Amino acid sequence: MTEVRVYHRPVSVWWWTKKRSYFVFVMRELSSIFIAWFVVYLLVLIAAVGRSEAAYQDFLDWAGTPWVVVLNVVASLFLVLHVVTWFNLTPQAMVVRLRGERAPAAMVIASQYVGLAVVSAFVYWLVTR
Amino acid sequence: MADSIRLEVTRYRPETDSEPQFQEYDVPLRKEWTILDGLNHVKDEVDTTLSFRWSCRMGICGSCGMNVDGEPKLTCATFLSDYAPGPVRVEPLGNFPVVRDLVVDLYDFMEKLPRVKPWIIRDDDVTVVDGEYLQTPEELDAYKQFSMCINCMLCYAACPVYALDPDFIGPAAIALAERYDLDSRDQGARERLDVLIEHDGVWGCTFVGECSAVCPKDVDPAGAIQRYKLKAAQESVKAVLLPRGAR
Repeated sequence: MTEVRVYHRPVSVWWWTKKRSYFVFVMRELSSIFIAWFVVYLLVLIAAVGRSEAAYQDFLDWAGTPWVVVLNVVASLFLVLHVVTWFNLTPQAMVVRLRGERAPAAMVIASQYVGLAVVSAFVYWLVTR
Repeated sequence: MADSIRLEVTRYRPETDSEPQFQEYDVPLRKEWTILDGLNHVKDEVDTTLSFRWSCRMGICGSCGMNVDGEPKLTCATFLSDYAPGPVRVEPLGNFPVVRDLVVDLYDFMEKLPRVKPWIIRDDDVTVVDGEYLQTPEELDAYKQFSMCINCMLCYAACPVYALDPDFIGPAAIALAERYDLDSRDQGARERLDVLIEHDGVWGCTFVGECSAVCPKDVDPAGAIQRYKLKAAQESVKAVLLPRGAR
């Protein structure tokens, strides 16, 4: 057999900037870091509340510092991106059957937002009661 | 509408070129002409040395996949008029080594495909003499979508995971594994799972979703892969929680 000299095209480090969908994907992956940040933030908050009134006040003072506010605003935006993108992808990953028929994608997505609203309302009630 | 459009076509002649270059060709811009018609015009009338693959011209053989303006497309189903006034960039399908001009080396997929055993596997020794396997329309519907794959490789060309990690078994191979897993006549799910839960299998996928976006047959390989992950995860949980007999 004749040896064929094939050409391997290099992959650019910036491949994810070449296409909108690739960029959104990388941002979605990146959003996980901010989700982790919010988990840490919540744990620190709970620990402060559990310790003492003064510790809680210290936490609030720290949370009000400009860099934490900026970080939380950015993290919130990534959180929204995370929720919207993953909710939109769910119908593709999960086949939900209703009376033998595959449930429409819009219904699967909508049910997740309903679930999110119910959980949020419960947490709100729990915290403010 | 202008009467011609410019194609910027990748040329790579391994005996003389160290890397691919672009060559420009002006082809007639006709309403009913596809990119493939443009390339065939070049081959027949302008430059006989241009190499590219094609066969059926009607979106079923899966040979004419190329990157058109950076997007993986079947060139027989992509119209020149959608790119007017041009120019249109026609490159070999992404993520595969280039053999010559627009021809890519698909050996990698040929090696990976049989690994997922894309055929009906049975535990029993039923032969043709025993008659056919019966299947209801509902059972056919369960896998039909995944059986539409024409192995055109557009999904591999669109997949950044495959670009960065060529060992990844890839979208079409996993969609075809799912096609047989969902077939009521098949009993080989366990054997395929063993291949697909390996490092290069379904867990390599990060759900970019571009494979499904570019698929000309609406196979939805991304959906197949995520469903496989769900299945694999359930199997792992069962393996931990249930006694051997109940699995």
